[in-house]
Amino acid sequence: MAMKTKKRGKNRLERNDRLIRLALLVVAFSAVSVLLVITIFIVQQGTPIMFKYGLKSFLAGGNWYPSEKVFGLWPMIVGSLFVTAGALVIGIPFGLACAIVLTEFSSKNVRRVIKPVVELLAGIPSVVYGFMGVIILVPFIRQTFGGPGLSILAASIVLGIMILPTIISISVDSLQAVPPSYREGSIALGATRWQTVKMVLFPAARSGIIASIILGMGRAIGETMATIMIAGNAAEIPRSLLAPVRTLTSNIALEMSYATGEHREALFATGVILFVIIMVLNTVANATSSRRRRQP
Amino acid sequence: MTRLRFARILLAIGVAFFPACRGDRSQTDLTLAGSTSIQPFADKWAEVFMEKHPGLGVNVQGGGSSTGIQACKSGACQIGMSSRELKGDEKDLFEIVVARDGLAVIVHPSNPVRGVKLAEVKQIFSGDLKRWNYLGGPDRPITVVTREEGSGTRGAFQELVMGKTRIFRGAITEDSNGTVREIVAQDPYAVGFISLGLVNEQVRSLDLDGAAANEENILNGRYKLVRPFLFVSMGEPAGLAKEFVDFVLSAEGQALIKKEGLLPIK
Repeated sequence: MAMKTKKRGKNRLERNDRLIRLALLVVAFSAVSVLLVITIFIVQQGTPIMFKYGLKSFLAGGNWYPSEKVFGLWPMIVGSLFVTAGALVIGIPFGLACAIVLTEFSSKNVRRVIKPVVELLAGIPSVVYGFMGVIILVPFIRQTFGGPGLSILAASIVLGIMILPTIISISVDSLQAVPPSYREGSIALGATRWQTVKMVLFPAARSGIIASIILGMGRAIGETMATIMIAGNAAEIPRSLLAPVRTLTSNIALEMSYATGEHREALFATGVILFVIIMVLNTVANATSSRRRRQP
Repeated sequence: MTRLRFARILLAIGVAFFPACRGDRSQTDLTLAGSTSIQPFADKWAEVFMEKHPGLGVNVQGGGSSTGIQACKSGACQIGMSSRELKGDEKDLFEIVVARDGLAVIVHPSNPVRGVKLAEVKQIFSGDLKRWNYLGGPDRPITVVTREEGSGTRGAFQELVMGKTRIFRGAITEDSNGTVREIVAQDPYAVGFISLGLVNEQVRSLDLDGAAANEENILNGRYKLVRPFLFVSMGEPAGLAKEFVDFVLSAEGQALIKKEGLLPIK
């Protein structure tokens, strides 16, 4: 009698187990299918117009006048690349310097305070960064260097700050993952701490650091709100760091609200191009981080 | 086990409430959609209209002039709102001018330039006139601020000032009247255009061809940058739509928007 109940209980547990596994599978696939649906939707909405007006004029055309059916995305592609490159020029030195100080040249207590603070930076909404940029940075640039202030420089600085948490936290993790024996060995051989960092830790953590930079780059290229607010959104290839610039993401968000017909399709096409660029970046990021895992 | 049951209950509740989420909370008898420039004024009209006709629901949606016109054609709304003239195949819709709005060319209050010719405004926005000293201002480059493609305000400016000439690519582009005003208010060398009703003490409007941007000059025709605010419908409005349009055009309806900074039709 007692054995029978026990057995039935076990069957029931197994059945529940199967049910839960099935439910989890459905949930997992729903996440994948959402991605699939988004991809199909964007491509389906965006590609016809690219081929209608010719891929070359779409990608290499310098004029963006949707109301006259002139769709050239080249200024926005260049704009996205300039702003992202600018963000990296600012984000990489500061980010890596901060990561090295946190792992090698600071006490545990300092690290315990600074690292959460840095990670908190990632939680600040981008509209707040944009607002700070407009209120403080843009007037400063206008008064100091001239030009309208809304510029590549302003956008690069703000995005550079925005990608710091990504670069710092992943770099810190990969520097800490270097086996202590490397560090000890280097010091035992008479190297200074800086030499140890430069010649032992950095090469050992290299792929993790590269992955952190690529993820930061992905964040910079995808940022929309802050760039709309501070980059000036002029659809022209910029001639200087102080010139306004429009990125691919800004182009979509700026004009989406009123766009109809082919204009709307052209904005989806902008999305397709952005999608391709981000896919390439993610693939590269995955490739470098998987190489890191293979290392001892 | 209890957790699983809890999940089932949660799921059941979710399924049960899902259709309810989509139901309208209040009834809608008349829908207007279109220009975001007209939307705040249409909201005002709708509010007063509903006070006078308790039990009726008037729903005002934005989306932009083109969207509103399309929605009207497809029957998604009874009245479309457009802040630009109809063009091409839109012309077969029935249109009623419900108000007029001036466009102001604005600069920073500290700018010594008081007035310009309309032709000079065109040159500024086409990128041919690049420095303030040609206009009697300081020897500084002009920061040109425009609206994004598709906006009704930009459409009206294009039509009234630019004609076939393009607004040059290097112009800073913002997506609302408010941000254009904000940027011009911050930058002493900037110039932009916004709805006359939205000019405040942060910026100053330029005289065009010797006429100050004010109601008097618009009514006597000396200030040229005026655009109509249109209601459009499939055929002449009937029933509730007609009642609403009649209210909008009545002395009371026109007085409402005059208070809000727009110009009445007469």
